[in-house]
Amino acid sequence: MNLSLRNRSIAIKAVMTVIFGILAIIAVTPFLWMLSASFKQPADLFKYPIEWIPKKWDLDNYKEVWFGQYPFFLYYWNSIKITVITVVGCLFTSSLAGFAFAKLQFKGKEALFLLYLATMIIPSQILLVPRFVLFDKLGLINSHWSIILPGVFSVLGTFMMRQFFSTLPNEILEAARVDGAGYWRMFWRISLPLTKPALVTLLILTFTWHWNEYENPLIFLRDNDLYTIPLGLTNYVDENSTNYTLIMAASVSALLPLIAIVAIFQKWFIEGIASSGVKG
Amino acid sequence: MNRNKRAETIAGYLFILPNFLGVFVLVLFPLLFSLVMVFTDWDYLQGFAGVTWVGLDNFVKLFSDEYFLKSLENNVIFTVVTVPCSMVIGLVVAVVLNKFVYLKNLLRVLFFLPYVSSIVAISIVWTVLYNSTDGPINAALRSLGISHPPGWLADPQWALIAIMIMVIWTYTGYTMVLYMAGLQGISKDLYEAASIDGATNLRSFFRITVPMLKPTSFLISVTLMISTFQVFAAVAVMTKGGPINSTTVLAYRIYIEAFQNYKMGYAAAMSWVLFLIIFVITIVQWQGQKRWQNHF
Repeated sequence: MNLSLRNRSIAIKAVMTVIFGILAIIAVTPFLWMLSASFKQPADLFKYPIEWIPKKWDLDNYKEVWFGQYPFFLYYWNSIKITVITVVGCLFTSSLAGFAFAKLQFKGKEALFLLYLATMIIPSQILLVPRFVLFDKLGLINSHWSIILPGVFSVLGTFMMRQFFSTLPNEILEAARVDGAGYWRMFWRISLPLTKPALVTLLILTFTWHWNEYENPLIFLRDNDLYTIPLGLTNYVDENSTNYTLIMAASVSALLPLIAIVAIFQKWFIEGIASSGVKG
Repeated sequence: MNRNKRAETIAGYLFILPNFLGVFVLVLFPLLFSLVMVFTDWDYLQGFAGVTWVGLDNFVKLFSDEYFLKSLENNVIFTVVTVPCSMVIGLVVAVVLNKFVYLKNLLRVLFFLPYVSSIVAISIVWTVLYNSTDGPINAALRSLGISHPPGWLADPQWALIAIMIMVIWTYTGYTMVLYMAGLQGISKDLYEAASIDGATNLRSFFRITVPMLKPTSFLISVTLMISTFQVFAAVAVMTKGGPINSTTVLAYRIYIEAFQNYKMGYAAAMSWVLFLIIFVITIVQWQGQKRWQNHF
């Protein structure tokens, strides 16, 4: 009885693995098609049945994408620069403010925190138009700072860090205070190391948002040499509207490194998104 | 003691200062500025000289603006279709992956990849896949005997559907991950008790899993509704709102009015309508959630 029940559950598991394995492969088919198309010659692209493994391999597309007129090297450099500064800045200002909101007592704290909470439900579209005018007056249009600055001062990041710091027991800080530690030491040496998982979560969220961000760069950046990867990619499409194999090589170049990073750090990505519930 | 208190107050302000300065300049000030802008007709190409006070005219104009009304309609369709579809698919995948498969981690990352990938790159790939004359999707449909497959992005009847299919595909990774996390919180004892009582897997799913996941479902539906009402990149990259405005959405209209037509006041007014919609949805769902909890 028990054995047959066990056998049955193994059988169900095997069948489900096959069915959902097929579904998972279907789910990543667009990526596989993209990869295969990027190595093809334009004439072979739309051949049906689909040649998943091209008969004639063509690497010229990649040469053009990385070293040609609109080089992806440049777009990568821009994206890396913007994302790194934004993420580091965001983690720093968010954890500082989050720590104060969670662990320090001062006048006006509740009111200020309420103000922060209230701005969280403001959609980014409301801020785009006035920010454009502001950045225009400050001379920040067509500069990477117009993308970086709004990401560095994050209300959501502050809120998340505050939640994480709140879970730390007050006794740790009391003990540090008795030992004569200053507020900076309580933050930097004692509290921050304990919130490493929170920092990783915030890091992963801000990284994926800013790496994939499209609307802000589209509005604020004008020159091709300042473009980020998503913007450079749409530029490619506009310039080579029917050269699909080239476009696919550009898409692979834009996606593959990110996919590799997600695959390697999948546990962190999945936990980060699941634990915060935040959707970019 | 008093001195300590003062030191703590100063420390508190100093810790918050960097973030607050940025938030003040880049969030609070623009917010107030935008609230003023909605009462103006501002042709930005003329600088501040292009500002005329028009009172509530922008809002009146909105309700006879066919582009705006079409965008609103498309946004509603978009949300009503994509949110429930990605929730149901994500839930089924999460439940099966959670208990009924081998290679769980591998399958999970495959379903999850579309969600973390750049929406711009994904939109470009799908645009080629959807190509109505020789794209692989229609080639496959023709080989299955459908002689006149849909025109997808080129056909006003199908373009929005095509975008929604792609978006559901990306959102499923998100809903699956959240549901899998939610499933960890359901005690195994419940399922064991049910199975002793002779409940089938399917029955346990509807009687235990679905009700126990209500908080997760609530969280997902709120975040997804907020984000679907702001959908922009997929539309901007795949169709630019076309063909004949069949895929235009609010975020895209705001972008066109502000940064192509340079009608800053009008665009600002539109963005506040978008905010109002999101706000009402959030409040209504919050109330619904509270009522459900009281009933329980």
